[in-house]
Amino acid sequence: MSRGFRVAAGFALALFLSAPAHALTVEPVTSPGGVTAWLVEDHSLKIVSLRLTFRGGSALDPGGKESLANLGSGLLDEGAGDLDSATFHARLEALTASFDAEANPDMFTLSSRVQTEDLDGTVDLLHLALTAPRFDAEPVTRVKNDALAEIAEVDGNPDEIADVLWRKSAFGDHPYGRSWLGSPDSIGRIEPRDLRDFMQQRMARDNVIVGVVGDIAPAALKTLLDKLFAGLPAHAAPDTVPNVVAATSTEVMLSRLPIPQSVAVFGAPGIARKDPDWYAAVLVMHILGGGGFDARLTEEVRVKRGLAYSVDLDLDPMDHAPLILGDVATRNAKVAESIEVIRDQVRRMRDDGPTDAELQAAKTYVTGSFPLDLTSSLRICWLLVTIQRDQLGIDYFDRRNALFEQVTLDQAKRVAKRILDPDKLFFLVVGDPETLPGVKPAPKLE
Amino acid sequence: MPKSAIMLAALIVAALGVGASEAGAQGLAADGFTLANGLEVAVLPDHRAPIVVQMVWYKVGAADETPGKSGIAHFVEHLMFKGTKDMAPGEFAKTVAANGGEENAFTSHDYTAYYITLAADRLPLAMRLEADRMANLVLSDAVVLPEREVIIEERRSRIDNSPQALFDEQIDAALYMNEHYHIPTIGWEGEMHGLTTADATAFYRAWYAPNNAVLVVAGDVKTDQVKALAEKYFGPLPQRPVPDRVRFAEPPKVASTRLAMTSPLAGTASWSRSYLAPSYRLGKTEEAYPLEVLTEILGGSATSRLYRDMVLDKQLALGAGADYDAQMLGLSTFTLFATPKKDKAAEVEAEMDRQIDALIKDGVTQIELDSAKKRLAARRLYAQDSLQGPARMVGETLAIGRTLDDVKAWPERIAAVTVDQVNDAARSVLDNRVAVTGLLLPEPNLEASSPLTRPRATESVQ
Repeated sequence: MSRGFRVAAGFALALFLSAPAHALTVEPVTSPGGVTAWLVEDHSLKIVSLRLTFRGGSALDPGGKESLANLGSGLLDEGAGDLDSATFHARLEALTASFDAEANPDMFTLSSRVQTEDLDGTVDLLHLALTAPRFDAEPVTRVKNDALAEIAEVDGNPDEIADVLWRKSAFGDHPYGRSWLGSPDSIGRIEPRDLRDFMQQRMARDNVIVGVVGDIAPAALKTLLDKLFAGLPAHAAPDTVPNVVAATSTEVMLSRLPIPQSVAVFGAPGIARKDPDWYAAVLVMHILGGGGFDARLTEEVRVKRGLAYSVDLDLDPMDHAPLILGDVATRNAKVAESIEVIRDQVRRMRDDGPTDAELQAAKTYVTGSFPLDLTSSLRICWLLVTIQRDQLGIDYFDRRNALFEQVTLDQAKRVAKRILDPDKLFFLVVGDPETLPGVKPAPKLE
Repeated sequence: MPKSAIMLAALIVAALGVGASEAGAQGLAADGFTLANGLEVAVLPDHRAPIVVQMVWYKVGAADETPGKSGIAHFVEHLMFKGTKDMAPGEFAKTVAANGGEENAFTSHDYTAYYITLAADRLPLAMRLEADRMANLVLSDAVVLPEREVIIEERRSRIDNSPQALFDEQIDAALYMNEHYHIPTIGWEGEMHGLTTADATAFYRAWYAPNNAVLVVAGDVKTDQVKALAEKYFGPLPQRPVPDRVRFAEPPKVASTRLAMTSPLAGTASWSRSYLAPSYRLGKTEEAYPLEVLTEILGGSATSRLYRDMVLDKQLALGAGADYDAQMLGLSTFTLFATPKKDKAAEVEAEMDRQIDALIKDGVTQIELDSAKKRLAARRLYAQDSLQGPARMVGETLAIGRTLDDVKAWPERIAAVTVDQVNDAARSVLDNRVAVTGLLLPEPNLEASSPLTRPRATESVQ
C-alpha cells in the first residue's frame, strides 16, 4: 500500500458522513386499550422479538427485603395460572420461545424471541406470567437457592467485589449502595406475598415501555398488545428512590485478597442523560477512556506500558446518580503505577481537553458505529425501549448525528473541566498490591 | 500494489451447494468461491441494515504451536495490530474507529480470526487493511515487549484470578495426553515470559498466507461486488507454502483420572466428568451429529434430563447439563457437569453415575429426540438473526477444513439423526473407565465472606 492510502480513506469518509445513518423505520403503534409500542417491521425472518421494560428496579426493593426484584425476575417463568413450573417450562419449550427476565437498579425487563407461528401461544404465556404468577413453594425455594449461590460466586470474584465495595463506599445507605442480590437474611425474609405485591406494584400499564421487531404488522401488534397487558394494573407504585451524589475519597481504598492481579474500580459523579452537555461528555469520555485503541487510557496504560489488558472509564447514567466509572486490572507489583498513569491522564484531559483531531475522530466513530449494533432483532428492541425510556423522541434516529457533530472543541474542553477531577477520582482496589501509598482499608461489609 | 498483478489474479469460482439467491426464506444464504492464490471466500448477503462484517480466519491456532512456545498464536493475534510497512503501530485500529467501525480478534486451539464491522460502503477499506497485514506485518521489540506484558495480564484476568478457569486448564491437561489441546490457548505463564519478537515473526511467516486463510463477508453486499473487491485487495498476495497441520493421535486411554481442587475464591462446588469424543473432523465423525442431539437431550434446557433429575426431582444440584462442541479439528470433549448444593457433591456424582448407567442401558426416547431436534432447529433460526452469528458459523466451519455445504446441511443432518444413532454414540463415548472427573470445592476461609453483588449496568443510548 502506498502513502496515497490515507488520502483515499479521508475521501471515503466524507462520502460516508453524507450517507443515511440508519435504515430503520420505526413506527409507534397504539392499541385500542391505550398501550403504545415502537415497532420495526421486518419480514426477512419468521421471527418476532419483544422487549418490555418496566420503570423501577431493584433500588425499590424494601429495606430488609433486598433481592425482591431479582427473585421476581427468576420466578417469572416458574409457573402461572393453571400451569405449574414444569408445565409452564414445557409449554415454552414446545413453542421454542426464549424468555428472559432481568432486574437492574433502575428497571425490570422481560424479553422474548419467538417464531411467528408460535407468537400467539407465547403471548398467552407472557400474559399469564405477568398477571397470574403462582410463586409455588418448590420454585421459590429453588430460585432463592440460586440467588444464594450467586452471592457465594461473586464473593470470590475480584471484579465483582471491587465494583460492589466501590458502590457501597460511594452510596452508603442509599439503595444504590446495597446489593440487588440481597443477603442470606434478606432472601430468607422474602415470602410469596412479597413477590405478589412486587408484581402488583411494579408491573403496570403506565410504567411499561415496549419495543417490538420482526415479522408482525401494526394491526396484529395492536391486538397482541391488548392481549398481553389485559388485566395489568393501570398504575405502578411511584419511584421513591431519592437522587444522590456519589461520595468520593481522595485516598485509595484497599480490600486485601490473595490473588496475583489487583482489580481497581475508579469513579466519580458524572452527568445525567438529560444534561445538555451529554453529547460532548460522550465524546470526551470516548477519547479518554473508551477502551478502544483510539483511547488515551488504553494507549498509556496498555500499549505503552503493558500495565493491563483493558482499561476504561465511561459514563454510567444511573437514574438517580449519574457516574463516571472505570476499571483496570494490573499485576500486584504495578498497581500504583496504573493508578498514577490514570490520574495523570484524567488531569491532562481536564486541563487541556481533547485535540481537534481527537474530537473529529471521536465524532466519526460515535456517529458511524451507531448502526453496527443493530443487527439482531433483540438488540434493536433494546434500542427502541431505551430511546423511549430516555425520552429522546422517535426522531432521535434522525437527530442523533447532528447532536454529536455540533459539539465544538470549546464545549468539549469546558465539559472535560466540568466532569473530570483527578483528585476526586475515587479508586478502590481488591487484591494484594505490593506498594500502594496512602491507602485506607475498604469499608467492612455487612 | 501494481495493477498488472490485479489483472493477473484469475478467479476460480467453485459453486458450493445452493447459491445465496436460491436459498429458501429460512435457509442460510451463502455463496463461496476461491481465489487463484488459494484464499477461500464466503459471502453471506443480509440486507437488513447497511452494515458489513468482514472476518479473516487463519487456519492456525494454539494447537499448532511449537512445543515450548505456548501462547504464541494468541500473542501474534495481538501483534497483528502493531503495524505494517505502511501503517504505524496502532494505526489499524485508529483508522477503523475513525471510519465508524469496530474491530477485534480471537484465537482458539484451531483458528485465529480477525473481524471488522463497519458501514457497507466501507468494505474496500476493511479489505485493504486486512490484506495489508496478511502480508506486511512489521514487528520490533519496541512494540512486542510491552504487548507481552499485556497478554500476561490477560492471562491473570482470565485464568489466574479465577479458580474455575485454573481448574479447567488442569482438566484439559489431564484429558488430552498427546493432543496439544492439553495446552491452554493463552499459554502457560512460564513460557509466555520467554516469547520473543523472533518467535512471533517466525510464527507469522510460517502460517499467515492467503492459501491458509478464509475471508467471510456478511451483510449488505452482493457476491459479485465482494468477488471483485477480494480479487483486487487479496488477489495479488502471493501463495506460500504453509506447514501441515497436525493433530496428534491420542494413545489409548486405559485409566480414569480424578482431579480435586479447593479454593477460597470458589463460591460453590462444581463437578464435571469429561470424555474424549469425536469431532466433525476426527474420530468416529459419524457420531458428531448424534452427540449434538444427545447434548441437547441431556442438558439443553430446563426440561432436559439432567436438570429435571438433579435439580428439580432429587434437588441435589443448583444446575446440571452437558457440553459438547463438534466444530474442532482434533478430538473433541463431551462433558457432563453439575453445581452440587452444599455438601452434596458425593450424592451428585452417585446420581450422575446412575443417569449415565440408565442412558447406556435404556437409551433416549423418541419423544426426547423429537423435542431436542425442534429446539436445535429453532436455535439455528435464531442464530441467523444477527450478522456476526452466521459469519462465525461459516468461518469456524471453513477454518477447520469443512465446507459451506456442511453449514447449509446442518439442519437436515440434525433432522436425520435417529434414536439408535444417539444411543450408539452415547455408548461409544460415555465410558467411565477412561473419563476425567473433576471436583472443585470452596474453602470457606475468605476474610470478606459477606454478600457481594454488583448491579447490572444500565446501558445508555449515546
